Amino acid sequence: MNAKPRLAVFKFASCDGCQLQLLDAQDRLLELAGRVEIDHFLEASSRVVPGPYDMGLVEGSITTIEDEERIREVRRQCRFLVTIGACATAGGIQALRNWGRIDDFRAAIYATPETISTLATSTPIADHVPVDFELRGCPIDRGQLIDLLTAVLLGRKPHVPGHSVCVECKARGLVCVAVAKGIPCLGPVTQAGCGAICPAHDRECFGCFGPSESPNLVSLTGFYERRGTPRDSLMRLVRSFNAAAPAFRAESDRLEASE
Amino acid sequence: MTPPSPGSWHWLDRAGLQLVVDALRRQGHRVIGPQVADGAIVLRDLASVTDLPTGWLDDQDGGSYRLRHDPTAGTFDHVVGPHSLKNFLFPARETVASFARDDGTWTQAPRSAAESPLAVLGVRGCDLAALAVQDRVFLGSGYVDEAYKARRERLFLVAVNCRRAAATCFCHSMGCGPSAGPVFDLALTEIGNRFACEVGSDHGAAVLAAASEAGAVLAACTASEIDAAGAVPRDLGSRMHARQTVNDTPSPRSLDTHGIRDLLMRNLEHPQWDEVASRCLSCTNCTLVCPTCFCSSVQEVADLSGDQVDRERHWASCFSLDHARMHGQSVRSSTASRYRQWLIHKFATWIDQFDTSGCTGCGRCITWCPVGIDVTREIAAIRATDGAAAPETGRGTS
Ligand code: SF4
Ligand code: SF4
Ligand code: SF4
Repeated sequence: MNAKPRLAVFKFASCDGCQLQLLDAQDRLLELAGRVEIDHFLEASSRVVPGPYDMGLVEGSITTIEDEERIREVRRQCRFLVTIGACATAGGIQALRNWGRIDDFRAAIYATPETISTLATSTPIADHVPVDFELRGCPIDRGQLIDLLTAVLLGRKPHVPGHSVCVECKARGLVCVAVAKGIPCLGPVTQAGCGAICPAHDRECFGCFGPSESPNLVSLTGFYERRGTPRDSLMRLVRSFNAAAPAFRAESDRLEASE
Repeated sequence: MTPPSPGSWHWLDRAGLQLVVDALRRQGHRVIGPQVADGAIVLRDLASVTDLPTGWLDDQDGGSYRLRHDPTAGTFDHVVGPHSLKNFLFPARETVASFARDDGTWTQAPRSAAESPLAVLGVRGCDLAALAVQDRVFLGSGYVDEAYKARRERLFLVAVNCRRAAATCFCHSMGCGPSAGPVFDLALTEIGNRFACEVGSDHGAAVLAAASEAGAVLAACTASEIDAAGAVPRDLGSRMHARQTVNDTPSPRSLDTHGIRDLLMRNLEHPQWDEVASRCLSCTNCTLVCPTCFCSSVQEVADLSGDQVDRERHWASCFSLDHARMHGQSVRSSTASRYRQWLIHKFATWIDQFDTSGCTGCGRCITWCPVGIDVTREIAAIRATDGAAAPETGRGTS
């Protein structure tokens, strides 16, 4: 590679937490800054160099008409486009609006609802433009992000496995909270990446990294229900940060319909 | 006092057991033992024998594990928990080599300093059998795993003869328990407030002698006391075979292993594979808790410059798609094919490969499966309808 590759970071509807993972990378970020030109990263610097860029990281979901147009321009400007986080890859927690009525939300929250222009749904970036790679998580894992950037720089495949959170949980030697405490945990149907943070703190996995490569939600929720967890709680467990990810959406709809 | 020697038996009280632990530590061992933590009995560094789970019982069933305090329970009346020797001899993650590039030339970093030798307290018959299985895999073929070998050669085993079984245990069916053996350095049988301790090796004798020098009282067991101690696991074994309850614990599982290899090999298209796949989550827990499962995957982890590379090995599982990915796609894409791969390897093709079953009957895969899938029931279901063919045999390998 002759010139340093040019990196841009873009934000749509999101909380900025995933971009923060990059800022928080500290010494790794400095190392990265030596290897790529960070030409567009508003959270870090107001210095903006116009595109096109070699690689774009996109945080956030599409919730407005302006966003729908802007993402197409971002796509045009980026050779390799990576979406980061549950918002960009699945619509995020704000996709809960997809189950409600947008006019009701608007009226309930804003003093002058007529001034608010928004779409009725929150949708992932891949619903609007082709995406080259998706990095899951709410927020994404810093280690996975650095690995992805390293992989792109070195021209290899990223180490982002599709298997379940249980793999990381067992690798850490944790005691399963589902088996030993009867806590309904989404780990067996959720993609790894977080390092099993919640089970390490005696809590269930909340599904931040979205569905694993071959999730069997019907079996898992059925088992938890037979063990005493109310269907309604299971529905809300599945319908959270990755509510609109297809496998989770189908299951929360199924649980709701059969309540 | 008769000095300890292989084959001799001695009484050891709790203070004496602490002196054994102290002697091991003086010899430089890292001592691991069962302890209550996070709602289970786990294996971790043991500071004192007072940290052993005296008075705790574990109720285990498919997808369920609960501790219960029982003042009448001894120190080792619990059975196996989520951890096994595998967690220490074949750890989940390990850097197997490191390389650095300087001016275009690669050099391999020397291996990091040797770890302390391990001593593990409370190892049961099923886990000693699992150790023998992993030994065959890592040491028995032409390809020796050097890191495993280094740990294995210096491993000190304090075994325990079981006197209680959980509902998930079926070691008796697999011929792997409940007696501890064949290999150990010391083996304990808990009787009343003390332990009848059998010496299994010269190293075991030396450790017991060191404990004795430090003040442990080692009365030799009489012939009738040795008989009584030997009867403890034997009686449990008979009750397990008769499927009787043990200390208000439901009767253990059992498995009919008669002709099991051929049974499974002639039922590759049995509809039970699809039935179990409707419940299986492909979560990998069964393989990760299994003390004999040995699959791993290796990846190179580089820094941003690509000049510093670690070769890392981590546990892998036949339940993940990557495990059978070739030429860009997985050849076992259905859960049915992955469950079948696991069960058939464990109970049938393992015999072809290593001349032994891959299962010791420890029951961990049953307890720690989040939806309680039970190998003994799956195999029994296939045996009950031996020869049933899937409605359409389109499953093939995927
Ligand atoms: S605690 Fe959750 S993530 Fe961990 S093994 Fe159990 S089910 Fe899987
Ligand atoms: S297959 Fe199950 S019962 Fe058999 S050794 Fe493995 S974990 Fe234990
Ligand atoms: S059998 Fe149980 S533990 Fe094993 S992969 Fe299936 S659901 Fe997970």
